[in-house]
Amino acid sequence: MLSPLSRKRIRRGLACLALAMTLPLQAAGPAGNVLRIGNGAEPQTLDPHKTETVDGSRIVRDLCEGLTNVSPTGKTVPGAAERWEISPDGLEYIFFLRPTARWSNGDPVVAEDFVAGLRRAADPKTGSSYAQMLEPLINGPEVVTGKKPPDALGVEAVDDHTLLLRLRGPTPYLLGMLSHTTTFPIHRPSLKKHGDQFARPGNMVCNGAYLLDQWVVQSHVRVKRNRYYWNNAKTSIDTVMFYSTEDVNSELKAYRAGDLDWATGYPVIQTPWIRQNLKGELKTGPYLGISYFGYNVTRPPFKDNVKLRQALSLAIDRDVIVDKVLYTLSIPAYGWVPPGTEGVAPQTPDWATWTQAQRLALARKLYAEAGYSEDNPAEVEIRYNTSENNKRVAVVVAAMWKQWLGVKSTLANEEWKVFLNTRKLKKKTQVFRSAWIGDYNDATTFLDIMHSTHGQNDTGWSNPRYDALLAQAAAETDAVRRRAMLEEAERILLSELPYIPLTFYTSKNLVKPWVRQWQDNILDYHYSRDMRIEGY
Amino acid sequence: MLRFAMRRLLASIPTLLVLITLAFFMMRLAPGGPFDKERSLLPEIEAAINAAYHLDEPLWQQYLRYMGGLLRGDLGPSFQYAGFSVSELIAQGFPVSLAIGLSSMVLALLIGGAAGIWAAMRQNRFGDWSVMTLSMAGISLPSYVIAPLMILLFAVTLHWLPAGGWEQGRYQDMLMPVLALALPQIAYIARLMRGSMIEVLRSNFIRTARAKGLPEHRVILRHALKPAMMPILSFLGPTAAGVITGSVVIEQIFGIPGLGRYFVQAAINRDYTLVLGVVIFYGLLIVLFNFLVDLLYGTLDPRVRAE
Repeated sequence: MLSPLSRKRIRRGLACLALAMTLPLQAAGPAGNVLRIGNGAEPQTLDPHKTETVDGSRIVRDLCEGLTNVSPTGKTVPGAAERWEISPDGLEYIFFLRPTARWSNGDPVVAEDFVAGLRRAADPKTGSSYAQMLEPLINGPEVVTGKKPPDALGVEAVDDHTLLLRLRGPTPYLLGMLSHTTTFPIHRPSLKKHGDQFARPGNMVCNGAYLLDQWVVQSHVRVKRNRYYWNNAKTSIDTVMFYSTEDVNSELKAYRAGDLDWATGYPVIQTPWIRQNLKGELKTGPYLGISYFGYNVTRPPFKDNVKLRQALSLAIDRDVIVDKVLYTLSIPAYGWVPPGTEGVAPQTPDWATWTQAQRLALARKLYAEAGYSEDNPAEVEIRYNTSENNKRVAVVVAAMWKQWLGVKSTLANEEWKVFLNTRKLKKKTQVFRSAWIGDYNDATTFLDIMHSTHGQNDTGWSNPRYDALLAQAAAETDAVRRRAMLEEAERILLSELPYIPLTFYTSKNLVKPWVRQWQDNILDYHYSRDMRIEGY
Repeated sequence: MLRFAMRRLLASIPTLLVLITLAFFMMRLAPGGPFDKERSLLPEIEAAINAAYHLDEPLWQQYLRYMGGLLRGDLGPSFQYAGFSVSELIAQGFPVSLAIGLSSMVLALLIGGAAGIWAAMRQNRFGDWSVMTLSMAGISLPSYVIAPLMILLFAVTLHWLPAGGWEQGRYQDMLMPVLALALPQIAYIARLMRGSMIEVLRSNFIRTARAKGLPEHRVILRHALKPAMMPILSFLGPTAAGVITGSVVIEQIFGIPGLGRYFVQAAINRDYTLVLGVVIFYGLLIVLFNFLVDLLYGTLDPRVRAE
């Protein structure tokens, strides 16, 4: 039994607690002229020529600048180069660098810095996983594979502020590609002085709007305004914090708690709640990416069996997957190159516009023609890397096949690196989960990976006509003819169907209302210097 | 004493050697390598990277190279974090894990110990039952349930504390992770303490102390506490080593740059050198803490010293 006195004390204590609960210590709002980003996985490096993750590149694009930039709406605009001239045959590009461009230590940015950067990225000794991107340059393929020295690469400094790029074939996407980190310049003295440690705070000298101030591995990267940046006067935000947020659940909580201004990820399953409770803060838009199931066409049952491949693809109701499994955060895919990609008009099979009943009728017909029936069902394994989302999609697909065709499916999941290995070996796989995000805005970034010799082509599919069309398109100067070739290539891919298109990606970001000038674009590139924090 | 210490430490060397060797070869048995990615590398570039990290040598040569480096105190470069050495990553992560781990151990000892003694003094009465029920709940509720709930309450709803992150060890950043890490330990220690205290309180020397007319707090603190600490000590050794090298779950949820995440992430990324580095570091700490516990036994229990 408590004495009346202690009861009184308890009551007083509770009253104090209740009062304290109404007094938040931190108000939710901007934390000053600071942009706090939930940046996803820890960057493995901030070296522009070695960074390969979406999350790492987001930081590098704030730190360094290429010849071109991407505007908030996704257009290619001048970057370190203020203008350029293209030769009539499309094989020579002359870039005129801004005389006002400076490195973060005040040194002028000169054409030789770009030459050194491109050579370094192409040099196999650097180990850049994007080196292949530089193959359009003269001697590109030879340099990238070490058959010729890096100085053979088709890049040349005419004078301090004039840079010449010489190409093997006209490359209509070249200007867009030059906003990719792989093509960024390098500050030669600091690379020489610090070696592979040059991309660290205190060592790193780069030419972007921000400079690297602090990097606590697994916690955050802090960048501060670079006062030597040529457009510093137009930059608004002083400091950008890139928090490493591997756990999307925690990321969403930090965002809700007001500790983040922009979350680049959140648990997909929370989408309905977010739509309801964080109105207007979820930004989604088309994104250069496709999620698909590959067929291993080197083994039965899919080897030389286009009818079965078609039937299984037809039997999937993509609207159900998009609506019920992915909360409309994707677009149903019937083709290969995502809508909005430059270089081709979207190619789709006829049945893309049919009703699901019509598709099923054709699916059943093709399934029967391939020799399968209720008594003799196809047995198919779907293999994916372990993840809740992949599992949900695989379960739904297997259920649709079972229901509409009677296919017996088994699901197999593997840890990521084991899965990559299995997929590459093509010994075990039948149907495997895969996805691809474009590196630049052109159809070739998607079409290339189905080339018979491409390292990404884990289906084992090859078609001489397809390969030839890609080669011809690379050499074609006429934009109309090039487009026709690429579109024909995509149609070949769709008719032979070594894969099942599932969904095209959409970008998804949570952005607080006080972050201004944040715009969706197809590359999902957002430079901090283009944004503004209101009311700090 | 010194000889005892030397003997113990020397005896741990073969254990560590076996540990390192097993970890080295087991890591290599796992399919997939550190540079396997969704975007596959050109064979020429892959070869250049493998050569740079000596992954193109036969396995036994890589093993010898690693052991040679180890003798010079070199844990090698991290494969995942280009430009970082493993020692550097451990040196960055360990102080953070240590700060959180030590604070939570101290907290757990103080609260758990006190609660255990308090419960033992009220054996089978209401106070005892309530402490034991609470501690049962503490043991059963995993930290991946407690921690998000704490964040929801204190960060999202009340805005008292940040939802996570780590800025040079501000106390606001430490409160929730320390508490979340300490809760299960508090529960364990309370139960252990209660059990051993009840046993000690029944022994003859306690009866003697009480017969001398000593006040109860002196009986407990002066006479009963020391022997009652023994089982807690044996629990503390390995637990402390585990707690101060960081908890994967807590670090992930609160976004803390500690050592714990490396255990899982390095394995997932096949960052061979980082995995080995943290395994060796953890192994050393376990050896060290067990050794310290043995020393403490001696000071707490004269019988151990005599042996």
